[in-house]
Amino acid sequence: MAFKRYRLVPGKSFFYSLFHGSDWVGLSNFRFLMINPQMMRVVRNTLLYNLVFLILGIIVPVTLAIILSYIHSGFVRSVTQICMLLPHFMSWVIVSYFVYAFLSADRGIINNVLEKLGRPSSNFYLKPEIWPFVLVIVHIWKTSGYSMLIYYANICGIDSDLYDCAAIDGASVGQVIRYVILPQLRNMVVVLLLLNLGHILSTDFGLFYQVTRNAGSLLATTETIDVFVYKALIEQTNYGFSAAASLIQNGIGCILLILASRIVAFIDPEGGII
Amino acid sequence: MINSKSGGYIKGLGRGSNAILSIFMLLFSGFMIIPVILILAISLSSEDSIAKNGYRFVPAQWSTDAYSYIIKSADNITRAFGLTFVLTLIGTILSLFLISTMAYVLSNRDYSRRKVLIWFIMIPMFFSGGLAASYAVNTQFFGMKNSVLALILPEACSSWYIIVMRTYFMKNISEEVLEAARLDGASAFRLYFRFVLPMSKPILLTVGIFEAFSYWNSWYANLIYTDSAHSRLYTLQYILYNMEKNASYLTSNENVSGAIMNTVPTESLRMALASMIILPVIVVYPFFRKHFLRGLNAGVGK
Repeated sequence: MAFKRYRLVPGKSFFYSLFHGSDWVGLSNFRFLMINPQMMRVVRNTLLYNLVFLILGIIVPVTLAIILSYIHSGFVRSVTQICMLLPHFMSWVIVSYFVYAFLSADRGIINNVLEKLGRPSSNFYLKPEIWPFVLVIVHIWKTSGYSMLIYYANICGIDSDLYDCAAIDGASVGQVIRYVILPQLRNMVVVLLLLNLGHILSTDFGLFYQVTRNAGSLLATTETIDVFVYKALIEQTNYGFSAAASLIQNGIGCILLILASRIVAFIDPEGGII
Repeated sequence: MINSKSGGYIKGLGRGSNAILSIFMLLFSGFMIIPVILILAISLSSEDSIAKNGYRFVPAQWSTDAYSYIIKSADNITRAFGLTFVLTLIGTILSLFLISTMAYVLSNRDYSRRKVLIWFIMIPMFFSGGLAASYAVNTQFFGMKNSVLALILPEACSSWYIIVMRTYFMKNISEEVLEAARLDGASAFRLYFRFVLPMSKPILLTVGIFEAFSYWNSWYANLIYTDSAHSRLYTLQYILYNMEKNASYLTSNENVSGAIMNTVPTESLRMALASMIILPVIVVYPFFRKHFLRGLNAGVGK
């Protein structure tokens, strides 16, 4: 589809339309994509966001999981787990309401506080420069609970003899984390890292389309490839364009994934997934 | 397992640092649920107080107008509630069946074509055809545009959960039991229903609840596959989505007479609908938390 000018022939099946009804246009879909001035911006946004998500998506949940596994009170542990997993079960539509309740121009909590402090209120949905921070916070808020639970489940699975031995040897908390817990988590981190690397050009459509309320003024810092693909398809019905963008997105992700997996397997024969 | 012997935590933290870290974690948890509390508070504020004071954590003036309005006069919301509920139920059962049967086949060590099939499952995890391709196939080949099937089928199967469940089966179901039953002449389906399913409750619960919530929260399928002429098929989330685009979405409903229309509490109404979507989730899922840990622990580890 990426190499065709796809059009549906009325009354004919999908495959007929694709193979007989549509003209072969070679690479022209890709060429239009390349010279499209939006494309640079979209790719840059996607890469930067994913890089930040990749790094914070490991540091935050692993730290939280380790802290959680050290806390004495079972009550605190349960409450934390319940509260932290909650955002995972909220849809992006709901999340966009949350964000709106805080950032809304005339009623939002943040503007209320600003007014109380005597500062001028501002319309955040017209300010693209603050959105990278907003989106990163929202992403961490929504995803860190689930990853934390996976890491925590992993820590719980470590044989307690290891800790006992470490305690007998007089290891400090730092040493236990460094030499017992982190090596145990390493496999999990590598697997999740590789999977995320495969999706380095993909983003969560809901986060970037829904949470920003598709506000035109924010596109400069919030539009990512998935939003672009969606708009090309639904708003312009341009199948070829959309398919070509998806193909590049997935192709690069797949190549990166295989490369990274090979490198990991080269360094540590047990670590790779392919 | 640290859970069994040492009271569920790793020893080594002093009293002071334990207290500090506990408080830190509780604060962090508070940060996670603050938005939910805010939405609930707004939904219980009266329209006047929202207009005057903006959104607040503690309503200046309490009111349940928004909820009574939904219950009394919003037909399309009640219908969407029913639809979403049925979709969630059917979708969860269907996806559990599909995922667990596939995982069971793939966990069978004697099955010779296992490797090939696993590749078939893995490829969509790393490489997808993209939106244009799946849209064209689903609408033009399967004819699912504006069909209720489009709200169930595209999300029914997930490679990730197939792999997770397969790992669980391979680790936790003893090959000997299955072998013995096989020698007694039990068929594959009998094995699956009588032995495999009863032995894997934690993972079935875990995957089931995740799938159920993803159906309950689904709006993307509506956005892509349903047009406005078929608003019968709108799920709760999609109605909420439309209310965001257009505050008067509900009031433009022809069932609502002009007299009521003037007094519709739009601001709190949106938040009330959002709360009604959130509440079942909050009520249901803490009961399953223990199973998550067990299910994830057994299913995710290599």
